[in-house]
Parts: sequence; C-alpha cells; structure tokens
Amino acid sequence: MGIVPGMIKGLGVTAKTAYDTMFPDGPLKPPSPSKGAVTVQYPHEKETPTARARGVIALQEDNCTACMLCARECPDWCIYIEGHKEKAPPRRAGGKPRQKNKLDRFDIDFALCMYCGICVEVCPFDALFWSPEYEFSEPRIADLLHDKSRLAEWMETVPDFESYESGSEAKVRKVPR
Amino acid sequence: MIGLAFWIETTFRSAGGLAAVLLPAGPLVYLYLFKMMSFMQSRLGPMEAGPAGSMQLLAEVGKFLQKEDLFPAKADRIVFAAAPFVVLVSSFLLVVVVPFGPDAWFVNLDTGVFFAMAVSSVSVIGILMAGWASASKYSMLGGLRAAGQLIAYELPLVLAVMGVVIQAGTLNMQDIVLAQAEGEIFGFGGIGNPFIITQFLGFVIFMIAMQAELTQPPFDMPVAESELVTGYITEYSGMRFLLFFIGEFATAGIFAMIASVLFLGGWWVPGIDPDSNLFNILGPAVMFAKVLGVTFLVFWFRITYPRFREDQLQKLAWKVLIPLSLLNIVITGILKVAF
Repeated sequence: MGIVPGMIKGLGVTAKTAYDTMFPDGPLKPPSPSKGAVTVQYPHEKETPTARARGVIALQEDNCTACMLCARECPDWCIYIEGHKEKAPPRRAGGKPRQKNKLDRFDIDFALCMYCGICVEVCPFDALFWSPEYEFSEPRIADLLHDKSRLAEWMETVPDFESYESGSEAKVRKVPR
Repeated sequence: MIGLAFWIETTFRSAGGLAAVLLPAGPLVYLYLFKMMSFMQSRLGPMEAGPAGSMQLLAEVGKFLQKEDLFPAKADRIVFAAAPFVVLVSSFLLVVVVPFGPDAWFVNLDTGVFFAMAVSSVSVIGILMAGWASASKYSMLGGLRAAGQLIAYELPLVLAVMGVVIQAGTLNMQDIVLAQAEGEIFGFGGIGNPFIITQFLGFVIFMIAMQAELTQPPFDMPVAESELVTGYITEYSGMRFLLFFIGEFATAGIFAMIASVLFLGGWWVPGIDPDSNLFNILGPAVMFAKVLGVTFLVFWFRITYPRFREDQLQKLAWKVLIPLSLLNIVITGILKVAF
C-alpha cells in the first residue's frame, strides 16, 4: 500500500471509531455515545472486577505464625510484623505446653505496596489472600497503612477458589473462613 | 462607511477582534479536542462539568488561573514573561485582515494576503523568546525546532497562496472573496468559483503547511513530549501556559478563517448576491461554519497521524511541498495567461 492510500485508510479508521462510538445502534437511531464507548464512567457505573483480581491483600490472622517470610520477600518492605512467643495448652492431657508465635502487629502499607503478590505466593500457612476489592483510597496517606484488624476485615471479600476443569486430580485450595 | 468617532470605532474593532479570536477557540477545543478526539478513541471525554462536559473549558481556565506563576531561577524574567503575549499578539494581528462580510471587516488592506502571511511568522519570535528565556535545554531545543519548522513551512504556505492570488488577480482578501463569488467555472456561475476546485493542489499544500504552522500533530515536534517534555512551554505554568494554549487554538481558528477566505469563498454562500447587506449579519455565521469545516480536517489529521521525525518533517517541506507549490504556481500562471 502506498503512502497516500495508507494515510486515507488511517483517517477511515478514526472516522469509523468515532461513528461506532456516536451511533452504536445504527445510523438512524439517536446518538448514544455513553453506550458506544468502551470506557465506563467510573464513579457512576462500576465494572465488577474478575474474581481473582488483585485489589487488596487480606489476612487470616489465625493462620499467621509470624514467620516473616512475606516481610522479607516484599520488594518494597511494606509489611511490618511483630510477634512474641506464647505458651499454649498441650494438645493431649499430660503433655508439655506448646510454644506458639502470637502476632502483635501485622501492617501492610498500601501506599508503598506495588501489588506484586509475592507475599501471597510465599505464605506457606494460607494466611494471605488476594481480594478483588479496590476502593480503599484515603484522604490521608497515613491511613493507607492497614493494621491486622483492617486486613482481617478484607477476608470476607476473598472469593472461593474456582474448581479446576473436570478430570483434574489436583485438590482445589480452600479459603479458610 | 458611516462616520463614527475614532474611539467608538476603535472600541468596536477591539471588541470584534477579541470576539473573532476567542469565540471560535472555545467551541473548537470543546467540539474537536475534547469530544471528537474522545469519540475517535472510543471514549466519552469530559462528562462532569456541565451537560456533557460543555463547561469543562471554564473549569480548566479556573484551574490555570489558580496556579502559581512560576519563573525558573535562571530565566530571563522579562523575556520569559513577555513571550506568551508575543505569541498571542500574532493571532490578534492575523484576524485584522479577515473579512466577515461586505462591510464587516477590521481593516481592508490592499495587501491583505501579504500582511497575513507576514504577520503569521511573528509567533516564531514569541516561541524563540520562550525557548531561549526559559534557561532549560528542553525549552531551547523546542524553540529551535519550532523556529526551523515554522520558517520551513512558511514557504509552502505562501507559495500555495500565490496560486489563489494569481487566479484572483488581487492581494486584497475582500476582493478574493468577491472574485470567488462572481467567478464562473467554464461559464457556469451557479456556485461561483470557490478556489478549492481550481486550486485543489494549493488547498492541499495550504492545509498541510497550516497544520505544521499550528504545530498540531503530526507536526508537533516542538512540543514532542517523549523527547522534549513539552518543548518551549516546559517551564511555563498557570496563566502564561494558558496563554500559549489559547494562542495555539485561537490561531487554529484564524488560520481556518484565512483558508476559508482563500479557498472556500469566505463569508459568501451561493445563491445570495454578494453585495447584499444580509451578508453583514449572515457572513460571520457562514465564516464560522466554514471554520468548523476546515478545523474538522485539521483535528482529524491531528488525531489520526503519529508524529513525524524532525528530518522527515524538513524533507516533506523542502523536497515535496515547495516543489509542488512552485509547480502549482507555474501551472496557474500558464492557465491564467492562456484563458
């Protein structure tokens, strides 16, 4: 294709897009660009994110052993963990009391977080999960530091893992509730 | 012309000039830059301020007015502050020679076309001032690019207009309109003789050169944001940035006026006697409609094409447009003598 026909074709592409946006119902119907546009007018209408979208990180506090793997793998160092050891009652009567790591502080600074998901990947105890919720902006940047109670609240919004295709031998992970 | 006191005449002319420069710029930005561009990219554009975002420009102006008027530490303060006004002055000077009706004109110069072409290069000085005085390498490069580009494309612009001037036999803008209104194409005078038909090559060259003169994409190397941040306006903020912005789109409107006067018959529409008094009222509206048509093309090209490289830009001007426009002049001259 020569230069000039190519340029005319380009003009055609933009004109066609404008036409499709203006008149999605066809040439004789009234123009309704809000229907023809591929974009969504965000605060007025919202798209539901896909179930496995990376919106915010949720914490299942009971599963966390304060092993610090997530904090150490975090590229931004935006996870702050503090814990102490506690004696827990023995499993069987007459046994030795067990030692347990008790979580004092688990904060994720979402002002620093880059949503890479390495912490979720690396957690061996099923304590961190992705939630598709994305509307947690704050007027003050300090409020983006979510403490463990706030992170635990996100657990409710974590969707169940989808089942694999039929015939798969792998067991579907379960979200602890 | 009715005898009016000089100060009344001056007031009318100033008000008219302001209206002619600023009134088209607003609709152009809203209709084409905001809405048409959005639709061509399958989105809606501004929707919040006013019905369908129609008050967006007021919001933008309000935002710019609130911003601090920053000066870089090493800037040449006086030149830096004056540069946007020089750019804006060139658009006000351009509108002076544009006729809007048989009696509705600011100045009826015998050398109108010559004046318009000369004055349109004044903005280069403002842009060079801005680029130099900013004391920033991006601004400097942007200013130099703008100067090189505007000077290169001034030539095809002038040469393309030459064809029209030869055919009309006058440099007076008013007489060019009348020549189109009273002209005939092979003895058929029903639609007059808008020079876009006989000077189509000239019109195409004029449109391309105009696009470059306005530094609209694909000719926006002076403000190429991926290379030069925003070129000569990098260091500007607030009101002065706004002046550059207004200057850009006001000049787009005025160049479209000149294009419609030269090629589309200006304030005249077929079917009405060009001497009729009606055109003093109808003329501006007709002009505005034609301006919308011409700027539609400008913005359509702007939205569609990606930016040229600097050397491609200069090649296009010197190796393609200037020879073509010289050819156009030769052919027009031969035909003018022959018929």
